[in-house]
Amino acid sequence: MNSNRREFLGTALAGAAFLGSSYLPAAAQQETIKVGILHSLSGTMAISETTLKDVMLMLIEEQNKKGGLLGKKLEAVVVDPASNWPLFAEKARELITKDKVAATFGCWTSVSRKSVLPVFKELNNILFYPVQYEGEESERNVFYTGAAPNQQAIPAVDYLAKDEKVERWVLAGTDYVYPRTTNKILEAYLKSKGVKPDDIMINYTPFGHSDWQTIVSDIKKFGSAGKKTAVVSTINGDANVPFYKELGNQGIKATDIPVVAFSVGEEELAGIDTKPLLGHLAAWNYFQSIKTPENEAFIKQWQAFTKNPKRVTNDPMEAHYIGFNMWVKAVEKAKSTDPDKVIDALPGIEAPNLTGGISKMLPNHHITKPVFIGEIKDDGQFDVVWKTTGLVPGDAWSKELDGSKDLVGDWVEKKCGNFNVKTGKCGGV
Amino acid sequence: MPEPFRKRFRHGSGGTLQGPGMNRKLVWMSVFHRLKHALVIVIALVAASVASIAQTADEAFTRLAADSYSDTSRAIEILVSTAHPNAALIVEALNDGRLLAGPGGVAVKTAAGGFVDARTGQALAAAPADVKPVRLNNAVRRAVQAALGGLGLLNPDAAKRTAAAEAVFKSRDAGLLPVVEAAIGKETNPRALAALRQAQAAILIAKPDTQPLDRFAAIEVLRERADQDALATLRALPGDATPALKEAQAKAITAIEGRLKLWAAAQNLWYGLSLGSVLLLAAIGLAITFGVMGVINMAHGEMVMLGAYTTFVVQEVIRSNAPWLFDWSLAIALPAAFIVAGAVGIGIERGIIRFLYGRPLETLLATWGISLTLQQAVRTAFGPTNREVGAPSFMSGAFELGGLAITYNRLWIIVFAALVFAALLAILKLTPMGLQMRAVTQNRRMASAMGIRTGRIDALTFGLGSGVAGLAGVALSQIDNVSPNLGQSYIIDSFMVVVFGGVGNLWGTLVGAMTLGVANKLLEPYAGAVLGKIALLVCIILFIQKRPRGLFALKGRAVEA
Repeated sequence: MNSNRREFLGTALAGAAFLGSSYLPAAAQQETIKVGILHSLSGTMAISETTLKDVMLMLIEEQNKKGGLLGKKLEAVVVDPASNWPLFAEKARELITKDKVAATFGCWTSVSRKSVLPVFKELNNILFYPVQYEGEESERNVFYTGAAPNQQAIPAVDYLAKDEKVERWVLAGTDYVYPRTTNKILEAYLKSKGVKPDDIMINYTPFGHSDWQTIVSDIKKFGSAGKKTAVVSTINGDANVPFYKELGNQGIKATDIPVVAFSVGEEELAGIDTKPLLGHLAAWNYFQSIKTPENEAFIKQWQAFTKNPKRVTNDPMEAHYIGFNMWVKAVEKAKSTDPDKVIDALPGIEAPNLTGGISKMLPNHHITKPVFIGEIKDDGQFDVVWKTTGLVPGDAWSKELDGSKDLVGDWVEKKCGNFNVKTGKCGGV
Repeated sequence: MPEPFRKRFRHGSGGTLQGPGMNRKLVWMSVFHRLKHALVIVIALVAASVASIAQTADEAFTRLAADSYSDTSRAIEILVSTAHPNAALIVEALNDGRLLAGPGGVAVKTAAGGFVDARTGQALAAAPADVKPVRLNNAVRRAVQAALGGLGLLNPDAAKRTAAAEAVFKSRDAGLLPVVEAAIGKETNPRALAALRQAQAAILIAKPDTQPLDRFAAIEVLRERADQDALATLRALPGDATPALKEAQAKAITAIEGRLKLWAAAQNLWYGLSLGSVLLLAAIGLAITFGVMGVINMAHGEMVMLGAYTTFVVQEVIRSNAPWLFDWSLAIALPAAFIVAGAVGIGIERGIIRFLYGRPLETLLATWGISLTLQQAVRTAFGPTNREVGAPSFMSGAFELGGLAITYNRLWIIVFAALVFAALLAILKLTPMGLQMRAVTQNRRMASAMGIRTGRIDALTFGLGSGVAGLAGVALSQIDNVSPNLGQSYIIDSFMVVVFGGVGNLWGTLVGAMTLGVANKLLEPYAGAVLGKIALLVCIILFIQKRPRGLFALKGRAVEA
């Protein structure tokens, strides 16, 4: 497809231009612990990932103010993989072999995570991955601090079915692995709840799709069959703005057909006039509008750090906050930054999240998180209308899919990421 | 005095101030009618619960202050069903987020900024302590809209009555049937009357104890309405209806679906034109720089992006300095975007491209580099996140034309694309500069021999093409992201349009853009967005094989030069 090649060309050249020049020069001091930050600062994903780089710098600065870790200062090593998936792997290798980082915080898209996986396994290092993703993975070297499908998609669908009495579903997504897997899980889940295949419409669009007229009018048509309809959106990144603009212009109100999004947060809404979107929903594990002392302090610190009193916070930022604090605690517990020791120390570590709970690292390398459903307000923030009663443990393998329902990830007792409980063997189905 | 009554008087007397003599009498008669009619309804509603009004009102206000969505919904139901004198005031305030509630009581913030006690309707000096705005979720919003529908049926403004009837049509609230029927008896405005009849039909269809005869009539009314909502309402017929009714329902549904299919085809054509106009806008600047001058300008998309960012800057300045000018912000942004993008274009031409004429591969790489540089420069200056460009009021919303839903922003973009195209054509054909441009591009040495400063014309032509791309950026800021990546998503499409239409021919660009737009939108419903685009690309590849010079190939010696 032409857009992929275009992106690839663009990012490859951008990557080449920035290669070797974009990471901070390593300080001459010996007594630091290096932390890798692997987020795109140029190219298509820069829109989302730059923020995460900044939040990591802030967290590291904060930790250094508290005296560092194991008596040493932390030092951030920032590299720019330029939204170029193969470059992610190269940069990861560079971080581990050349800069000798103790752990890396990074990646946004699943394809970038898959691209760096072999590197982290081969060189035995640690990656903290902060974004909600499609699940179906549990690796020894990766810690998933974003939501698994059962911590975002499934509760959101439950909310719509129960509180909004939705009977007809549009699953709309961008055409790549996260929406496709999530929609497969959701489709299986909805069917298991007795929804007829006729009442599910699945639609995929290319990356950066900007002409939504046909699809929005299709949704309108699908929604006028006399049953309450909702859209579950896994539309990614830039395509959201024109999608929501078209919804607003065609007059689809949240009271008629609500849209619940898994990739739209405070940052994304910053580019849209949200008045026509009043009442559309998003499901996350964190919202900036949640009032807790931890969150207020975090927002204040963030706005001071970025010197922008309007700067918003979002869910993946909180995931890095939790992940970083867990890593700090695990290093303190292991009294070493040696990856093997830290990987063994991490499961069971608890760290406060920003919404008033304590998240815990599970043996499958996912964490426990609360789930919130928020409605978009006219100021671009979310009003929480529903939340889970407690924290939801993340499932590495979806219970809804035939291929994965018998699998569990357990790196503590079984030392296995895909242990089959039926056959009692490690190694998948 | 209950709120609807006072409102009636207020509006009535407002009318008398404006209309003298006969008008005044008419207005008073109509007020009297509505009064009587309102009275009947209120009495009917009140009779049901006369004993417990005081307690239920207490309950409603307690629930409003409870900060729970279900309590708020229930409170609205109570207030409306007991016809609380301030029900309309409270529900409207709730809808606008002006209802404050808490342990300190329930108050309404008026549009003027004052405060009114929701219970008594008396003005307050200040907001009570301990109150905050009552929050809404979708369920509460639906309850509010249904309530406003019921309350608005008595509004003296015909447009508001129509809107209220539409709300009732959607909510199908059987409790409102007597109100709707009473309103039908009094209605004189044909549009409002039609809306009321449809609302009545919608209620009758869904209500379990409706007589079959009434249902037949209702099906007929909905069949005439013949849109998606009518279909949805028809499908709400309970399953235990008589076979004859079901047959009528099925017939009506087939009839409406047939009509909708025709309109859907027209709608796809419209979407195609709209997409075509966007492609035309994006490509038309390139038709000058690439088509006329032959420069493979990979930085074309970034000129579009600069235009969009200029719009953002103009709007920011207007927002902070002169908010009343906001509706004109796009008109102000147009020349600004043209100048900014044009100036950058001239700079690029003078600084880089003029050394590379006749070396297409080097030009391609150099402009590609410029494109990345500009993107990163904008990312550094404005940040990587999207910037919000607002829509002026005339570009928001949609209207219905028969069965077509036409959004204003798309309509204006089509108009704008046509204007830009006409203006560009006029510049090339009618002005001395256009003549010189054509002369230089067709035969540089001959033009130079005739005394044309070819270097200057090159710079101006490139500036014109870039400036037009900037204009496109202003329009695209209304429908797409304003982010550093904006240009990237249009560059390939632009080249496709220019190559397909025939290099060096503006009419070719127009036809190419419209063909691609319409073909894309006609394919999309069948093949989906992803496959549709692939299918279109395959078609273009095949077409270019057959006609390498595109739809409208230039002929003659100019081609060889």
